[in-house]
Amino acid sequence: MANRVTIDPITRLEGHGKIEIFLKDDGSVDNVFFQVPELRGFEKFCEGRPVEEMPRITTRICGVCPEAHHAASAKACDAVYGITLPPTAAKLREFQYNAFYVGDHTTHFYALAGPDFVMGPDADPAVRNIIGVIGKVGADIGKEVIRTRLEAHEIAGMLGGKRIHSVGMIPGGMSKGLTNPEDHKRALEICERFVEFAKFTIKIVDDIVLANKAYVDLILSDPYKLVVNDMGLVDENNHVNFYRGNVRVTDVNGKELHKYAPKDYLDVVGEHVEKWSYLKFPFLKQRGWTGFTEGTDTAVFRATPLSRLNAADGMATPLAQAEYERFYATLGGKPVHSTLATNWARVIELLFAAEAALQLIKDPDIIGEEHRVIPKNVPSEGVGIVEAPRGTLTHHYITDEKGIVQKANLIVGTTNNNGPIAMSIKKAAQGLIKAGAEITEPILNMVEMAFRAYDPCFGCATHSLPGQMPIEVILRDSTGKVLDRASRF
Amino acid sequence: MEAPKEKLKLAFYWAASCGGCEISLLEIGDKILTVVELADLVFCPCLVDTKYKDVEAMPDGYIDVAFYNGAVRSSENEHIAKLLRQKSKVLIAYGSCAMQGGIPALANLYDLKQIKHRAYHETQSTVNPDGVEPVPDCATNGYALTLPELYNTVFKLSDKVKVDFYIPGCPPARETTWNAIEQLVTGNLPEPGGVLGAGRKAVCEECPYEKKETRITEFHRPHTFIPPDNEQCLLEQGLVCLGPATRSGCGAQCLQAHMPCRGCYGPLPDIQDQGAKLVAAIGSMIGGTGEEEITGIVNQIVDPAGTLYRFSMADSFMVRRKLDG
Amino acid sequence: MADVATADVNMEKGAAPAVKFEPRIIGFLCWWCAYTGADLAGTSRIKYSPNVSVIRVMCSGRVDPSFVMKALAGGADGVLIAGCHPGDCHYINGNLKTVARFPILRKILRDFGVEDERVRLEWVSASEGDKFAHIVNEMTVDLRKLGPLNWPARMAER
Repeated sequence: MANRVTIDPITRLEGHGKIEIFLKDDGSVDNVFFQVPELRGFEKFCEGRPVEEMPRITTRICGVCPEAHHAASAKACDAVYGITLPPTAAKLREFQYNAFYVGDHTTHFYALAGPDFVMGPDADPAVRNIIGVIGKVGADIGKEVIRTRLEAHEIAGMLGGKRIHSVGMIPGGMSKGLTNPEDHKRALEICERFVEFAKFTIKIVDDIVLANKAYVDLILSDPYKLVVNDMGLVDENNHVNFYRGNVRVTDVNGKELHKYAPKDYLDVVGEHVEKWSYLKFPFLKQRGWTGFTEGTDTAVFRATPLSRLNAADGMATPLAQAEYERFYATLGGKPVHSTLATNWARVIELLFAAEAALQLIKDPDIIGEEHRVIPKNVPSEGVGIVEAPRGTLTHHYITDEKGIVQKANLIVGTTNNNGPIAMSIKKAAQGLIKAGAEITEPILNMVEMAFRAYDPCFGCATHSLPGQMPIEVILRDSTGKVLDRASRF
Repeated sequence: MEAPKEKLKLAFYWAASCGGCEISLLEIGDKILTVVELADLVFCPCLVDTKYKDVEAMPDGYIDVAFYNGAVRSSENEHIAKLLRQKSKVLIAYGSCAMQGGIPALANLYDLKQIKHRAYHETQSTVNPDGVEPVPDCATNGYALTLPELYNTVFKLSDKVKVDFYIPGCPPARETTWNAIEQLVTGNLPEPGGVLGAGRKAVCEECPYEKKETRITEFHRPHTFIPPDNEQCLLEQGLVCLGPATRSGCGAQCLQAHMPCRGCYGPLPDIQDQGAKLVAAIGSMIGGTGEEEITGIVNQIVDPAGTLYRFSMADSFMVRRKLDG
Repeated sequence: MADVATADVNMEKGAAPAVKFEPRIIGFLCWWCAYTGADLAGTSRIKYSPNVSVIRVMCSGRVDPSFVMKALAGGADGVLIAGCHPGDCHYINGNLKTVARFPILRKILRDFGVEDERVRLEWVSASEGDKFAHIVNEMTVDLRKLGPLNWPARMAER
């Protein structure tokens, strides 16, 4: 019987997860399973609910990115009623959405990925945390991070009432407009600061990450490479957009495989089921399930900030576009399959979100009166898609003629990456856990990094708490006797 | 506020949760520094390195205050609830799910079989020709794997263990969280089983709209109706609002965005079944004369079970839909 | 004036006689009309199924929907609310509140899987003893057919 190594629970992750690593007799990795041990059943218990309540119910799928579900749901409702939003309504939604992205990406870069990225993967665990980051970049940055998050929530509160689990996006637009000049002034002030903060964060990437050749080599190294297809939402110019557009899928060479409107998602995306995880595994339906494989024929795809940059032709705002070009120039061209580069891609998205928010808040339509329209058509069926920070998010509702939900289908951001996460962990483990060699603390961290780059839905570390993920690797023989133990806590 | 002599030991755990309660802690902003001065986080899978077995090794009552958020709907959720009860002096149900089941408790209108059927077989994007379904004993190809058992019913925390206090909200608003922390640190506590950090009156007290004591003659749905009077109580104008039976403390945030309350702060003191109380309250506001007219008006309310019990189904007298067989 | 209609439980040929299930009905009766009507059934010596446990309230409007749910959750097989006919309420419009609440409660109970026959709202005047008896008999027969609700036992399963 193979030896087994259990990592349970995974932390810094939305919800719960565990990793089971099975070793061959010589101590090298035989197989790795990433298991999600929870299911709440939204796809069933939303049946019977009035469709207009869905944007308030589905936010509770995730309290870290509630706006993602809120927006996807509102868009699905718009589609159910066949509504086209007036400009003010559409822009208010997109504005709130980009402001949310600024807050969310900030949290993940500084609190979760930042320590590895900024301090380096081999750094002493004692400093490989947010405190170390602050020490390296300056004490004020912690306050700036908190401030950015709070200001993103302030905008959410302005438009959506609640700061967490917004209620403002409704079928037909927004329940509230931005007609109060004080609010508008404050929002403008916030957005201007967002752009400066994003630029500062890019500079951190430059000065501390890219300037460190060893780290760049690590980013490009093989254990952290995963050659699969990419997915992301693009606007009419094939530029990255988080809120609107069509979904584009590119293959491992960057060639477009699909570009579909939300209503056509079923032509492209299928979900595979395994006995050992409550979370399903999306794949490219037209290829059929190819298993957990890489390469030109794989049906596995990723939906992450890296994927979004790969799947698009560029960024819609000038500063972000410049960074986009520099990104690919540095990493050897498109597409980039290096998982750790996702962390850098995330910062480029942060910059775009900030620029987009600033553009929108300056748009004259944003303070318009027409922030909602009343649905007139008989409701039936609709799909809404946005990019959640963690990946493409699809809400699909079928209602009766009274607008009561009959069926709901949800493909959630992280779900897209279920297969890739499992594969990345396995690759990192295989590349790093060698036959006969001791399992050391840096190895643990590096297995972790493969996982963490996907932005587990939870970067809740604050500025004073340790930033390392607890991992204990227990090596047992076939009788269950403990042979070796390495832990980081 | 005076600091206690030695640091409090805190725990923060999430069960069938969305993570919003964890995020809500950050809403107190710089005040979190004060918390860190006063307390050590000894168990919190999302933040610090303590593992389950370390909690098991702690002496009973070692943790001063444990905050448990999320509903109980799996064997793992239940196990940790019992463990934390044993190892903590004070156990607090933080947020709507722990207090009343929350949104996940809407699953009580269905059973596990129906939920799994939908998720793994019926959903339009699922491709599962072999009818595979995840199960607790999921050994595969010789690899010994397990998953927690999922329950038919979503429970609130107090169904499984004794709960000392509650902090309401989905998630608790900033002021509620901070007020609750202050109460804990200063020892200014309500009666056991009481609610921390929130008010004792209804959301109506905080609501920007005004009651004009008119009767409801028609019900509407929020997306197809703009209330003609932009100052008057939404419920009076025919939008179902759970404010009258819901505890204040949230600042009526939803109402600030012109959306009716959905009851996430739980019931007022002395209300035992929040949804049923709303049936009573709404029923006493109906206009019209005669059975037929009145019946016609209230039949316009859609999905009363899922609306009036939006957050509180696990806390109702009946808890769930009848299980067949 | 209806006599008691006891429906015998069908027995399979050769099977031992089954214990007849006696439905437990909780009845909320308003004092001014329904309770007085029930009293009249009694003083008139009208026989009717003994399956109702009566709780007297001043007005059917006093019946909070949570009483109904608590009764069912506590083991009742059925609940009867009986009040004055609309227009005759001693408190003018207390029973109209009941009229308003009942359909909402009904919808919720349906979602909880509780059959309509288990919860009834009826108007019984002080002089309608026979009507009261008839309602109780009918409900008892209906509930025997449906079988016990047994909510506490169902909830003990998870």
